[in-house]
Amino acid sequence: MRGRDDEWTELMLSANAGDSIAYRRLLESVTPVLRAGARRGLARAGQPVDQAEDIVQEILLAVHLKRHTWDGTAPFAPWLLAIARNKLIDTLRRRGRRVFVDIDDFAETLPSEPPRETLPASEVTKHLEALPARQREVLQSIAVDSASIKDTAAKLSMSEGAVRVALHRGLSALAAKLRTV
Amino acid sequence: METDRLIQALAADGADRYRPVGQVLAASLLVALPVSAALLLSTLGLRPDLSQAMHNPFFDLKFVVTLALSLSAITVALHLSRPEATAKGWRLLLLAPLAILGLAIGAEAMLPHRTSAMTRLVGHNSMLCLGAIPVLSLPILGAALLGLRRGAPSRPVLVGAVAGMLSAGLAGTLYAAHCVDDSPLFVATWYTLATAIVAGIGALLGPRVLRY
Repeated sequence: MRGRDDEWTELMLSANAGDSIAYRRLLESVTPVLRAGARRGLARAGQPVDQAEDIVQEILLAVHLKRHTWDGTAPFAPWLLAIARNKLIDTLRRRGRRVFVDIDDFAETLPSEPPRETLPASEVTKHLEALPARQREVLQSIAVDSASIKDTAAKLSMSEGAVRVALHRGLSALAAKLRTV
Repeated sequence: METDRLIQALAADGADRYRPVGQVLAASLLVALPVSAALLLSTLGLRPDLSQAMHNPFFDLKFVVTLALSLSAITVALHLSRPEATAKGWRLLLLAPLAILGLAIGAEAMLPHRTSAMTRLVGHNSMLCLGAIPVLSLPILGAALLGLRRGAPSRPVLVGAVAGMLSAGLAGTLYAAHCVDDSPLFVATWYTLATAIVAGIGALLGPRVLRY
């Protein structure tokens, strides 16, 4: 797994230098690993594995909002897997499960099963609807309609700066809402 | 929402990337310290013989101990703000102020004294020390926890306790300028107890405030 870790570390370094394509590739590359770990953790706790996608999305949001805590001189994978474990434990605790930390759920192995069809997660969608209108419109435009910041600004008659602020606030608010359910 | 849609939104959000935890913590402490200092000056004030006391090495040593506590606790708190960090080894750093105190107690014991060790330990106003340090700590603890929210600690109880220690260290530094008891025995007893109280408050608040 050495090669993959190095690749992640390089992508994250590029991302921190402002390369959003590298950042997107990184998030896409870590997602199957997170999904496999979330499924393993849920299965072991006797929970339905179809909730894995909610956990994956919560991990991705935390990775995004806490990426400044990654030390660029250290490898990326241990940092990522620590966040993933915390989020899995939090989720299971919120459901009243006794949690025994098993560091193997997010062991650094690729999923052996072929990527199967994933269900759209419901938690983010639910909380998206409760966001202030501006944040929701911006998030929907960029995430669901795949519009750029520029197009979103034009469509909603906002400045690009205001779109960026609304996007960031919306993502932070989503993470906060996921944390408290 | 499908996950690749979320990733699209995350990739579009480039803002707010560079402010590290240390910077945010420093900024919030710089706001809180004057508040606690003003609180001390407006209520208890400085000790009347301050300029004379400064010639007493045991008076100066109080500041060395409280500042050592503050600095080691800040270092450990920042370390533990990274999700993959472990406390192993780093916890020893928190013992540095106690080591300094131990040496100071040894040094003081070798000097001739007019008062007994117990009298020096009990001091003039231990209860004030025990109350004032936690009260002066509160604005600092609030600021420290707010600053540390920028981090992603895996052990929020521990980080909360360490935040309490750093707040008690800084509050102790302020209070030491009022406190007329200079014996290391007094400091080792009452400052340490006050620090434990604030660390306990921090440990209680940690999981509520620092979860991310």
